[in-house]
Formats: sequence, structure tokens, C-alpha cells
Amino acid sequence: MALPERKQSVTEARLAGLEIPRGGCTEPAREAALARLWQMGLPTRRDEYWKYTRPETLIQPQPPRAALLRTDEPPMFDAFDRLKIVFVDGVFDPQASDDLALEGVRIERIADLCEQDIHWARDLYGVLEARGHEPVPRPLAAFNTAFAGDGVVIHVTGRPSRPINLIYRHESEASDAVLHHLVRVEEGAEATILENGPAAARFNKCMEIDIADGGRLHLVRTQGRDHERRAATHVFARLGRESMLKCFTLTVNGVLTRNEVVVEFTGDEAVAHVAGACVGDGDFHHDDTVFVTHDAVGCESRQVFKKVLRNGATGVFQGKILVREGAQKTDGYQISQALLLDGDSQFLAKPELEIYADDVACSHGSTSGAIDEEALFYLRSRGVPEGEATDLLTLAFLAEAMDEIEDPALAEEIAGRVRGWLARHR
Amino acid sequence: MLEIKNLHVKLEEEDKEILKGVNLTVEAGKVHAIMGPNGSGKSTLSYVLSGREGYEVTDGSATLDGRDLLEMEPEERAAAGLFLAFQYPVEIPGVGNMTFLRTAVNAQRKARGEEEISAADFLKLVRQKAKTLKIDADMLKRPVNVGFSGGEKKRNEILQMAMLEPRMCILDETDSGLDVDAMKLVAEGVNALRSPDRGFLVITHYQRLLDHIAPDVVHIMADGRIIKTGGPELALEVEQNGYADILAEVM
Ligand SMILES: Nc1ncnc2c1ncn2[C@@H]1O[C@H](COP(=O)(O)OP(=O)(O)OP(=O)(O)O)[C@@H](O)[C@H]1O
Ligand SMILES: [Mg+2]
Repeated sequence: MALPERKQSVTEARLAGLEIPRGGCTEPAREAALARLWQMGLPTRRDEYWKYTRPETLIQPQPPRAALLRTDEPPMFDAFDRLKIVFVDGVFDPQASDDLALEGVRIERIADLCEQDIHWARDLYGVLEARGHEPVPRPLAAFNTAFAGDGVVIHVTGRPSRPINLIYRHESEASDAVLHHLVRVEEGAEATILENGPAAARFNKCMEIDIADGGRLHLVRTQGRDHERRAATHVFARLGRESMLKCFTLTVNGVLTRNEVVVEFTGDEAVAHVAGACVGDGDFHHDDTVFVTHDAVGCESRQVFKKVLRNGATGVFQGKILVREGAQKTDGYQISQALLLDGDSQFLAKPELEIYADDVACSHGSTSGAIDEEALFYLRSRGVPEGEATDLLTLAFLAEAMDEIEDPALAEEIAGRVRGWLARHR
Repeated sequence: MLEIKNLHVKLEEEDKEILKGVNLTVEAGKVHAIMGPNGSGKSTLSYVLSGREGYEVTDGSATLDGRDLLEMEPEERAAAGLFLAFQYPVEIPGVGNMTFLRTAVNAQRKARGEEEISAADFLKLVRQKAKTLKIDADMLKRPVNVGFSGGEKKRNEILQMAMLEPRMCILDETDSGLDVDAMKLVAEGVNALRSPDRGFLVITHYQRLLDHIAPDVVHIMADGRIIKTGGPELALEVEQNGYADILAEVM
């Protein structure tokens, strides 16, 4: 079927002169992704899935310039004992990175993996992404699979003693970075992956996560430091029996962020929690688009998204729980809430449930509201100044999302960033 | 200490006058009680004094130790030593009771130019005060007032008062919803704070509380005014005969 004219032309414009990286075992997957992309076309505002977020700057041939932020704040997770993997404007930097050897995990660059012909990762690259276009296409992810310039393959076979920290540095005002990571957590293995940094003027990132039976993965991401940068990220996760994924994302600042998370339960009794907290001031647009498919028995999914918006900031949430026939005893929960600190900001939410099994417990809710004036007065009447009281109530509002971070030290690190941001934006 | 003169207050949103010229002075070291029919303006008075929004003062003044209360932000009034135990304590989901107490104590210290209390000292203090009010560790950990019973909320107000050691305490129906034993605990909490340089304004409907907290002065409020002032015997009169006689006498 031919693409609508507009879609065809923006897709042609974007792909003109772009070559997929040749050679190695990902090449066929990249070719296939490119073919998918031509079929679905890049997003335009006409697409229902992009109704609330303008895709233009994410797909135009050159990214808008993004100033680098100079800050005295120490980098995120700085005080943590972790294995650092650094990318500068989307390119792996071995000098700035740690030695990639760590007990319980094997880490390789995507580029290196392509030197060998047979590798488990070949059967994962682009596979979950390709499964993730039903019922809605995610063309930026297909673009990513086709054109990713770098990325790592993380193979968790045990319980590494330290978290793995993917650090994205932004050093060029015009950089356009495309990273693709693969994560495979083997049976009974468990790891924590941290991600932080503004990455590039424009960042397209895709992470495919395959968790085997009983495997557990904690993913804690922070993004948005350099306000002018734009980011579109995808997580595609497939969960085996009794496995677990906990994904939390903090976003502070950022003119445009679209985070898509696609979770599929294929084994029974698995658990997936996807949570996010964002705080935005002024020219800030933050979109969480989540799709959870229950195709197994007795799985638990939670989507918890909280957005603090002020001075005309925009928050978007599109979340869906799809329970397929036979996915009995599903426990699905979804909440998205915005705290609007003034009348100019807006929250656009589209929560959806689609259920084809009869023995399930699913709930969803979406609200937006202002600071609770009664609570604010109560705090002030006890001597807490208005600004501090507002911050306290704002943190309380975010608490349900932050509670999804299991490690208390990480949770405190994240809360500290939010407190700092709030204090700077009073 | 607390001086209210000819205070007129209307609702901000509506043309409805609620306080119609309140005159009241509470001296340091004294306990004053206010009684009065439902809707007479007792809570409104306590809210206006503590700085809640939604009211407009159209005439009169209110000062604490000579300082104009009505000019101050609510937090400044608190730092100046004013405390209101709410008739309906507010629930704050997501904010732990301990965090709430510590934030309040430190904010007031900061406003007075004092150093913050150390975490250890705070913990010790709060445990000791909570114990005398029979507030258990679980209630301290839970979010402020969330899921507390009516009586627990009221005891939690008294705990805040004990921690903040205000100069001028206003208690708005702190006795309502309390069982007999809890009433004693609350009264003991109040009596423990009685001192020559602290004043109390106790709003209540019942003599029972006043049996435990012997007031020095009793005021009757009706239709936005103090219509009668007397000694403790006035409360007994209300208990026995209701307000009809007093109202008739004044009209
Ligand atoms: N925000 C408001 N909006 C509308 N009416 C109000 C508001 N605040 C107070 N009032 C009215 O003002 C009057 C006084 O109310 P207030 O709560 O001060 O009475 P009270 O003496 O404390 O009564 P109670 O003994 O029942 O606690 C009532 O008629 C009440 O309905
Ligand atoms: Mg009242």
C-alpha cells in the first residue's frame, strides 16, 4: 500500500543519502528494518499515535542545534561504584569507559559483535523491535535498528556486583546520535543498568531486552539535563516465566522527549513495572508512550507515571494494557498523573485497556490537578515556608513513581536531583 | 499577648460577613475558652488568625505580642509563636509524619535564626513526646494523618504543638471525637505546656474538656461576636441550659 504523500516525502527526505552500516551479522536485520521503515513511513502529525507530540524535529534530516549545558552539579550516579560505559555524541569512548570485564556479565560493542558471524545477539538484534509494531508502528525504532551507529550488547549470566552505567555525553551542538543496545538476562541472573546524560543534540536510542525465566533486570534512567536536546527512546522487553523488569525514568528539563516502552509477557508469573517521574518548566514537552501485552498467565504489570509541569510545560501519556485471550489472572495497573503548578501547563493522557480474558484484575486512572491548597496551608501553618512546602508536596506527588526504584541509595540519588531542581525553579 | 480588636471578616468569594466585630484579649499564662453555637464563627476566627486564604478582613486588628498578625504570611505567624490545632486536621499522602514534624521544627528554628536540630536529638524528643500521648512508632512513620482515626488525628495535633512549643496555642474542638481516655491525654498534653509566658485559646462545645483544662476565662460567641465573657461558671451554665438564655439576655 502506498504511503500518504506527506509521509512518503518526509521519509524520503530523512533517508536521502543515509547508508546502513555494512558487514557483520546485523546487516540482514538492518536491511529488514529499513524495508519495514519504508513500509510504515516516518511519523507525521496526522498519525493518531503522534497526536500529542510533534515529530518534525525528530525526523527532519538535520537536528536542531542544542546548546551544551554548563553546570556545577556532579554527574548523575557519580558517587556510585559502577562500571562506566561512555558514549560521546553517540560514539563509544574507550578511554573514558571502564574495562568492560565484570564477573557475571559479558559486555561487547555492537560493532565488535559484527566481526563474528555466529553470536546469540544476532537472534535478538531488531527482533523485539520488529515484534513491537503491532498494532501501532514505531518507525523511529525501525530507523534505529537500520542505522544505529553504536551500542553495546550486555549479556547477564550471573549477578554482577556493580551496576552497569551507560553514560551519554553531549559535546557537539549539532550531533545526531543513534544507539542500539541489546540486553539478555539469562535464567536466574540479575543486574542493574543505569543510564544518564543528554547524549547529543538529537538522540534516538533503542534497547531490546530479553529476560529469560527467573531473570531480573533493574533499569534506572535519568535524562534531560541539557535542556535543548531532543530524544526519542524505545525499550522493547520480552519477559520469560517468573522474570522481572523494573524500569524507572527521571526526566528533568528537555524541550522534547518521547519515551516508548513496549513490554511483552511470554512466560507465566512474571512482573514488569514501568515508572517515570518528570519535572518540566516552560518549553518542555514530555511524552511517555507505553504498551504492555499480557500473553501469559498470572503476570503483574504496573505503569506509574507522574509529571510535574509549570510555566506552560506539556506532559503526554499514552498507555495501554492489552490482555490477550488466555492471559488469565493478569494483574494490570496503570496510573498517570500530572501536577500542574500553574494554569498554563497541560497534561494530555490517553489511558487504554483492552481485555480478552475474563479472570483478570486491571485498573487504570489518570488525573491532573493543582497543589492541594489545604495541605499547603497546613504545612505553612506549622511554619514551613511556601516554597519549601510546595516542594515537599511535589515530592509527595512523585513518591508513587519513585517508590518503584528498589535500591534505596539510587532512590535517594534521584530524589536529591528532584529536590535540587525544585529549589532552583521556585 | 493576643489582642483582637473589632475584627470584621467576610468571605472573599461571597458577600457574607462572618465575624462582626470580635474583641478578645488573651494574656500570657492564661487559658481562655470559647464556646458558642454551630456556625457562630469560632473556626473562622482561628483560621483568620493563622492566615488561611479565602477570608477578607474588612475592619479591625489582631496582634501577637504587639506584632500585626494580619500582615504576616501563615509561616511567619507560626514562627512568631502562633499555633492552631485544626478542627479537621489535614491528610497529606506521601509526606511521612516524621518528615513533616522535622521540617516544621527546623523551619521555625531557621526563621528564628537558630540552628537545625540534629537528627538524633529530634528522634529522641519526638519519641518521648509521642509516648506521653500514646502515639506509636507506626503512626509516626505513616503519612501525615492518612488513615488516622478521628482521635488519632487530634492527638497528632497535640504532638505537633508539643514539638513546636508555640507561645499562643489555639485549639479548635480538639476534644471532639476523643474517647474519655484520649481526652485526658490531650488535656495532660495541654496542661504540661501551661506556663506563665504561654497563652491558650480553647474552642469547645463541652464542659468535659474544661474539667481537665481549667480555663481562666470563658467567652460565648454567637453570630460572629463575643456576646458574653465570664469565669469558668459560664461554661457550666451553658452545659446545663444551652445557649437560649444567654442569647435571649443579650438580644
Ligand atoms: N469558606 C466558606 N464558605 C462558605 N461559608 C463559610 C465558609 N467558611 C465559613 N462559612 C460559614 O461561616 C459560618 C461560621 O463558620 P465556622 O466554621 O467559623 O463556625 P463554627 O463556630 O466553628 O461552627 P462549629 O461549632 O460547627 O465548628 C458558618 O455559617 C459557615 O457555613
Ligand atoms: Mg468550628
